Amino acid sequence: MVFMPSKKIFLRFGKDIADRPIIYRLARDYDLVINILKANVDQNKEGTMVLEITGDQCDLGLEYLISQGVKVTPLAEEVFRNEDKCTSCGACTAICPSGALYVERPSMEVKFDSDKCIVCQICVKVCPVNAMEVRF
Amino acid sequence: MATEKTYAEINEKIKSGRAVVFTAEEIISLVAEKGISEAARSVDVVTTGTFGAMCSSGVFLNFGHSKPKIKMQKLWLNSVQAYTGIAAVDAYLGATELPEDDPCNNNYPGDFRYGGGHVIHDLLARRPVKLEAIAYGTDCYPRQEIETIITLDDINEATLFNPRNSYQNYNCAVNLGKRTVYTYMGMLKPDLGNAHYCSAGQLSPLLNDPDFMTIGIGTKIFLGGGVGYVAWNGTQHFPGIQKDTEGKSYGPAGGTLSVIGDLKQMKPNWLVGASFLGYGATLTVGLGIPIPILNEEIMRCVSVTDQALYAPIVDYGEAYGQRVSGNLGFVSYADLKSGRITVKGRDVPTAPLSSYSKAREIAGILKSWILQGNFELTEPVKLLPSAKDNIPAKTLEIRGL
Repeated sequence: MVFMPSKKIFLRFGKDIADRPIIYRLARDYDLVINILKANVDQNKEGTMVLEITGDQCDLGLEYLISQGVKVTPLAEEVFRNEDKCTSCGACTAICPSGALYVERPSMEVKFDSDKCIVCQICVKVCPVNAMEVRF
Repeated sequence: MATEKTYAEINEKIKSGRAVVFTAEEIISLVAEKGISEAARSVDVVTTGTFGAMCSSGVFLNFGHSKPKIKMQKLWLNSVQAYTGIAAVDAYLGATELPEDDPCNNNYPGDFRYGGGHVIHDLLARRPVKLEAIAYGTDCYPRQEIETIITLDDINEATLFNPRNSYQNYNCAVNLGKRTVYTYMGMLKPDLGNAHYCSAGQLSPLLNDPDFMTIGIGTKIFLGGGVGYVAWNGTQHFPGIQKDTEGKSYGPAGGTLSVIGDLKQMKPNWLVGASFLGYGATLTVGLGIPIPILNEEIMRCVSVTDQALYAPIVDYGEAYGQRVSGNLGFVSYADLKSGRITVKGRDVPTAPLSSYSKAREIAGILKSWILQGNFELTEPVKLLPSAKDNIPAKTLEIRGL
């Protein structure tokens, strides 16, 4: 199996380009697998999107995005769970939008699948025991 | 012949290492397999557990006397005020007290990252805590201010005394409103976005002794990782049977406990400071109670399952805060634990706020203490009021003199 480079990126784009099929070009011209983790697109204001892109031409794809006026920030931040602090209470699990934090059954322990995390950081705010941390 | 056992007989078996102990979760399959009579004959003790935020918690502290002495009038521990309207160097630190300079909900929703519960946790973790106090000064207590560092081992007494813990049952909280609300039941998304519940269900102490047949004043318990005792009924102790508008029964609710114990022998992983976004600071308390199987009726009670225990669904978007009575129906803990329930015809994801896995761990620790002969049961000095006492909940009405 060939290793394919993968990147999580945060995009900001002005309303002037919100109607262009930019993501489609990313897939067609650069042969990237695109996983939209979060999107907030509104033709009347600035849009934001969190993508995971996988493929050999990741860097070329990023250059294309920048050339189109998209502000690209790598998602260097990562949400990390402090296992010693987590009490498996569950307060984060129905709030986590991507299902990264979930209750395992029947153990009823809270699990964290960091691959699914979209770094929205809601869990960091709602965790009663401060077990969710942001790392840069 | 029906099984009848005494506390003394059960304690003899504990002392000689012959006691048979199950957790309230393990007992379910035994009863399903052998039946109540056989289970009551063969099992001596069933252990319960719960681990959740319990706001009505706090600690009585005595610091010892400084030289010269001070009669503390106002006192802060890590900037969190403790109540000193008692003797000179006695104080009560409450779990929900906040630092003087906390912005609270001025920056809505407030973070409440530190409070009384966190000070208790820091003390337990043997971290140094800053003590500041002021006083008006008297002839016998001349000092007017003090600033020093204490640790849990430096002070005389630290007595955890929680006026209301271990709620028998709790609401399932939802939000029917149009905006997110931040409550002690967590963040509730608008328009039935999520449902939060807070009970260990079939493992919960007072759901396993619904009629208060064994849990009473003096009952020895697992409290915060150490040993504690039931001191009294908790505040707002209104035990009863839940009923819907048509009179159908949905099991017990409303009982509470007041508990006490020496903080110094408790563990920081079983008393944890907690923060609820937009609500406040509090203390998560680990508590477990052993139930002696004195007869078959008690065995029947402890064999209760999540399928037979129900929480009322309550709207925290509006109804709860406005003291609007009634609910949106009842839901079983089995359904709540499945991760999805139906409310008003809508599919709603659920999440617990009380850790079931920690509750299971507590019941297991208590079981091991008893099996090792380290933990004998105490017969209550006095039993607590139960549903048959029909204690009404009073309300606070606004009126003038």
